[in-house]
Amino acid sequence: MNELVFFINKVLISGAVSGSIYAIGAVGVTLVFSIMRFAHFAHADQMTFGALIVFFLTALFPGSGAALGIPTPLLMLPLAMAVTALLAIGIDKTFYKPLREHGVKPIVIVIASLGVTLMLQGLIRLFSGTSSRSMYIEETKAIFRLDLPFDLAARPLVITEPQITLIVFTLLAVIGLHLFLNRTRTGKAMRAMSDNVDLARVSGIDTNKVVMVTWVLAGSLAAAAGTFLSMDVSLSPDLSFFLLLPIFAAAIVGGVGHPYGAIAGGYLVGYAETLSVFNWTILLRPLNNWFPEWVELPRNLSLVGTEYKIVVPFFILVAVLIWRPTGIFKGKVI
Amino acid sequence: MLAKMIEKFPQGLPVRETLVAGLILVSILLVFLTQGNAYSIRMLVEASCYAIIALGLTIQWGYGGQFNAGVMGFVALGGFCAMLFSVPVNPDFWGSDLPGRLGRTFLWGLAGIALVVAVSRIDRLGVPKKWRNLLTIILALLVWMIFRSLFDPLADAIESEAGFVGGLGLPAWIGWLMGGLLAGMVGYFIGHICLGLRSDYLAIATLGIAEIVKAFLKNADWLTRGTATVSPLPWPTPGPGELGFILARSIYLAITAIMIVAIFYLLQKAYNAPWGRMIRAIRDNEISAQAMGKDINKRRLEVFVFGCVLIGIGGGALTTFNGIFDAQGFLPLNHTFLVLVMVILGGPGNNLGTILGALLVYIIWVMSEPLALLVMQLVVDLGSNWFAWEAPDNLSSRALQARVFVIGLLIVLVLRYAPKGLMPEKTQQVN
Repeated sequence: MNELVFFINKVLISGAVSGSIYAIGAVGVTLVFSIMRFAHFAHADQMTFGALIVFFLTALFPGSGAALGIPTPLLMLPLAMAVTALLAIGIDKTFYKPLREHGVKPIVIVIASLGVTLMLQGLIRLFSGTSSRSMYIEETKAIFRLDLPFDLAARPLVITEPQITLIVFTLLAVIGLHLFLNRTRTGKAMRAMSDNVDLARVSGIDTNKVVMVTWVLAGSLAAAAGTFLSMDVSLSPDLSFFLLLPIFAAAIVGGVGHPYGAIAGGYLVGYAETLSVFNWTILLRPLNNWFPEWVELPRNLSLVGTEYKIVVPFFILVAVLIWRPTGIFKGKVI
Repeated sequence: MLAKMIEKFPQGLPVRETLVAGLILVSILLVFLTQGNAYSIRMLVEASCYAIIALGLTIQWGYGGQFNAGVMGFVALGGFCAMLFSVPVNPDFWGSDLPGRLGRTFLWGLAGIALVVAVSRIDRLGVPKKWRNLLTIILALLVWMIFRSLFDPLADAIESEAGFVGGLGLPAWIGWLMGGLLAGMVGYFIGHICLGLRSDYLAIATLGIAEIVKAFLKNADWLTRGTATVSPLPWPTPGPGELGFILARSIYLAITAIMIVAIFYLLQKAYNAPWGRMIRAIRDNEISAQAMGKDINKRRLEVFVFGCVLIGIGGGALTTFNGIFDAQGFLPLNHTFLVLVMVILGGPGNNLGTILGALLVYIIWVMSEPLALLVMQLVVDLGSNWFAWEAPDNLSSRALQARVFVIGLLIVLVLRYAPKGLMPEKTQQVN
């Protein structure tokens, strides 16, 4: 039983956590991809930027969350989301829009987004240094240990407060996004524009407004994902670095331009990562007596070591590109 | 006199080229005057290695319009091969039974791959495709697990008994060529998957492969000693121990210069040959090139692999010159983005522009380090004297981060205001 609890802690919960973060990130990437038709590499750094804003605000008003009974970073999150959304719009206005109007190939905008990535990274490290910090300045992270009502399970289930908030936030974000895309005029305009830009323009849709709304969504979601991730682990400037590949893999697996696909892809990549670094020997050990004599359980029975975690999203990406380049949900952009 | 000269250059005098070359010459002289000979020659050798790498990227981006965002990975592969082939033979390893065990394990691995491939063709025997896919995946995972359980103890044994596999004790230039070959093979793998799809996918996939190559080299202690690093790497020329820094580095510089000249000559030939015209036609108008009967995916793959080979060779030369193989020393900033700036600033598709761009950017890059520190120091002095501001202690590392910002800004500005670079590509007009 203990082994099963360990499995739930190590795979189900942590897979859900990283899957949620990838999902929120991939939604932003896929929206930008479907509206503006380029892979936005600076997305992961917008995540770090959002988390950094939360950190600075928390450092300025460290006790303010306690008054309301919630962690201060969570209180500051809406503000940071707004700031990051503004940043995203500003970046688009200064760097991407002129290129778009110049009529360059999409790949040139991809390179420009790499340039923006470097600029953001430089700024982040210039202001916050290269070390990693905890987002909890005056408070402590609440950790819930749930004892299971079985005699055999001696270990508790462990889940932390930011993890619960993250999963709840993801659920709310998915529902909100669904309602936005299907019920509101702007949402419908966005879907129209992702289907066919020219047709959308001639039918009177303000494409500039749609682009702006896309950046607001992508930027604020990025800030949220970055904040939750750094609340769960810690805030470090290299955060974005390890996120870029899983997020793109998630967006492509789900089908580029397909928000629901991106969410599914995010969880797929998240669980694939945790499942392949999980040491299966732990689950098999209780069954050891049932195996024939000559079978000896190896010490470490994981698919890849933790140090090769980054290989997992890459393999998923390659497999999808080979067998189904449109992704699971038949994305629009190939 | 002047008329004769203009006749010689049908497109007018090479004013731009002369200006840029003059600028570079002046800055090289300045470096020599301020930093001393040994340091300046080292900088020139490194710049020339970067020029080879940049030529590889200019083939991919300038000729072919394919964006490789993982130059670092191919540089690291070149460096790894240079290390593996040139480092002296490790007697602890070859004297034990480890090579035999290693060979046997690899044979088992090959047999496993053959088995998986065989099962993936099982539908020809009448098995439904659904079953085939499931069977193949399960078998592949099983084979991988078994291979891992065989290989992991062996890797541990190599690390504890022999340190690492060691090199092959061959001349370094063989390592450079093999590095190019290995980089080309990895490039073929990636290109084969991505080149038929959107160009963005190639960028994402190359970014991924670069990180994976680095992760592998960093963690495969049995092969590369991981974080312990391998040094010294023997040079193909007499080392500084025999001739002193200046002379030894000068000879090395001569070798890299000859390599650049040879590569430049061949590229120039290829660029003006029918092959080059075809590549440019595919880049500029894919559909019409396809309508003319060109196999665009195959040509693109050719261009991509060719570029990767050059990047691998350049990476090998660079690593050998540094004298140390450190997997953690390969940084996306230095080995991917700096090269990118060299190409887009120098002029994508213009070989001379790329070489000059590489020299110029590298000199600025190297010199910007003391400059950034100086500026930061000034800011700190001003702040502490006038505003009683207490500076954080890790300031020097932060000052270097300012250069990251500048590189990013440079990329964006060049793309916006000078998309053709300092020296635009010159296409010959045939009337």
